[in-house]
Amino acid sequence: MSLARTLKATPTLFRVGFAGAIAYRAELFVWMLSTTMPFVMLALFSAVAAERPLGRYDQRELALYFLATFLVRQLTGSWAAWEINFEVRQGTLSTRLLRPVHPLYAYAVDNLAAIPLRMVLVGPVFIGTLLHFGVAWLPSSAALWAALFAAVLGGWLITFLINAAIGSLALYMESSVKLIDLYLVGFFVFSGYTIPVDLFPSWLSALGDVLPFRYQIALPVEVLTSAHGEGELSRLLLQQWGMVALLLTVTLALWSRAVRRYGAFGG
Amino acid sequence: MITVRDLRKHYRVHKRPPGLWAALRSVVSRTYETVPAVDGISFELAEGERVGFLGPNGAGKTTTLKVLSGLLHPTSGEVRVHGHEPRRRDDGFLREIMLVTGQKQQLLWDLPPADTFDLNRAVYDVPRADFKRTVDELVDLLELSDLIGKPTRQLSLGERMKCELAAALIHRPRVLFLDEPTLGLDVNMQTVVRGFIRTYNERHGATLLLTSHYMDDVAALCPRVIVIDKGVLSYDGSLEELSRRVRPEKHVVLRFSRAVDAADLDGLGEIVSREPASVTLSVAPGAVTDVVSRALARLPVEDLTVQSPPLEEIMSELFSRSRAEREPPA
Repeated sequence: MSLARTLKATPTLFRVGFAGAIAYRAELFVWMLSTTMPFVMLALFSAVAAERPLGRYDQRELALYFLATFLVRQLTGSWAAWEINFEVRQGTLSTRLLRPVHPLYAYAVDNLAAIPLRMVLVGPVFIGTLLHFGVAWLPSSAALWAALFAAVLGGWLITFLINAAIGSLALYMESSVKLIDLYLVGFFVFSGYTIPVDLFPSWLSALGDVLPFRYQIALPVEVLTSAHGEGELSRLLLQQWGMVALLLTVTLALWSRAVRRYGAFGG
Repeated sequence: MITVRDLRKHYRVHKRPPGLWAALRSVVSRTYETVPAVDGISFELAEGERVGFLGPNGAGKTTTLKVLSGLLHPTSGEVRVHGHEPRRRDDGFLREIMLVTGQKQQLLWDLPPADTFDLNRAVYDVPRADFKRTVDELVDLLELSDLIGKPTRQLSLGERMKCELAAALIHRPRVLFLDEPTLGLDVNMQTVVRGFIRTYNERHGATLLLTSHYMDDVAALCPRVIVIDKGVLSYDGSLEELSRRVRPEKHVVLRFSRAVDAADLDGLGEIVSREPASVTLSVAPGAVTDVVSRALARLPVEDLTVQSPPLEEIMSELFSRSRAEREPPA
């Protein structure tokens, strides 16, 4: 499908995706509750930081970090890997392949369409955070807000593209659900979702810098909480978008090969 | 126009005997075999034709339809659909075709069919005025007005199938591949779906290739049938010719006003089935007039019909013959 036609179809894809998210509201709400890990981690780390700060984090900083982590997780979630696996096993992927719109684009819009519904949970947490901590911790300029937008979008794209790559492997392996578990191990360790990455020893931090996970959660959180100066922020954003470009290339190539294989071996 | 020349689709299938040892061994060493799902078939379909694509389970029908719709790539051979090579699944091709299967659905499960219609409008870039006209026509023909606003999951199988067909036709495809579209439907719904498919073909001149295990679908819709078995084409022609070639005899069904002795039926023809007051005779086509006039003269005939053998029997006979021809003599 041409780019112009795809863009023209996007509002309808989004509207139908949003209607689907509302239809699955109970499931979505349960998923949102399952993302409350930052609150658990906040309680644990706060207890540890009661006597002396952990790195640059005192109790206030920790509270801000994990509240921001919760918010960013809501905005960067994707479940395309599960969706693709399900459709491969059900045989309904064929329906997507017969439509003149790239299936990965359709999955992406479908995932994005659920974000407005998550605002139901994000909104009160954000407002509560503002009431408790004021606004001083937020980005202080339009440029920093733009950087935040870029970081959140980059974080979502990395999450989606990893999901799409794992989903593509379902066309090779019949099911790649176990790979999702493997991915989640990396995610929980390196993304900053459970531990701020600047608390890592330097060698682990260096490893995290070359993996995609850190750019999914930690970077947007650091931008939201104004943790970096201009130079460091630019460097990290460049690295994040470099990762997006790399994952986009790999995922599209993988998908294309996977669909060719699907065509050769059947589905 | 659809052209299929010497199409082959062979699958490489993992083969493993049952049991724990075999399961463990397959982890390190796998055995594969090549299965010819479609093995060198050729045919052509003219624009606007309605053709039945028949064969027993595992004959290669669905594989062929998937190749024609671009979901599977042929192992070898040439396939063209309206000038497009299906395996490329280019934009123009996808806008001209649709594959409808009775077993897989495209309707969004938790949303009303109207949402799937709208989604298809957007992805096929159908102008809104055309979309409205098409939906109105489909709603009218398939009597969908009470259905398209209900979540798909709340619809019965037949209602869902009607909505599936409507969703598939939003972009007015010129080629329609139908894989068991009446599967699991009750007799009434089968009739509705058949009638609709025929009307769509006549109104819009769409080419139609249909697989179905219900011979009534084929008899009602397809003047021409292509028969495939074990991946090999065993017949391509009209239904009448198939009937003449495989089972040329006619069935003469006689109903009597009272019970009739078997001896009274001597010399009329081979008895297919008999009850005290009725009989079905198998009669050579040239002898029908003679048998009927003799029966009328000497028996208390109340009702009489002359039929071809059921299509199911014809197909069964055809499959037996073609398999016997292929199998080497013992």
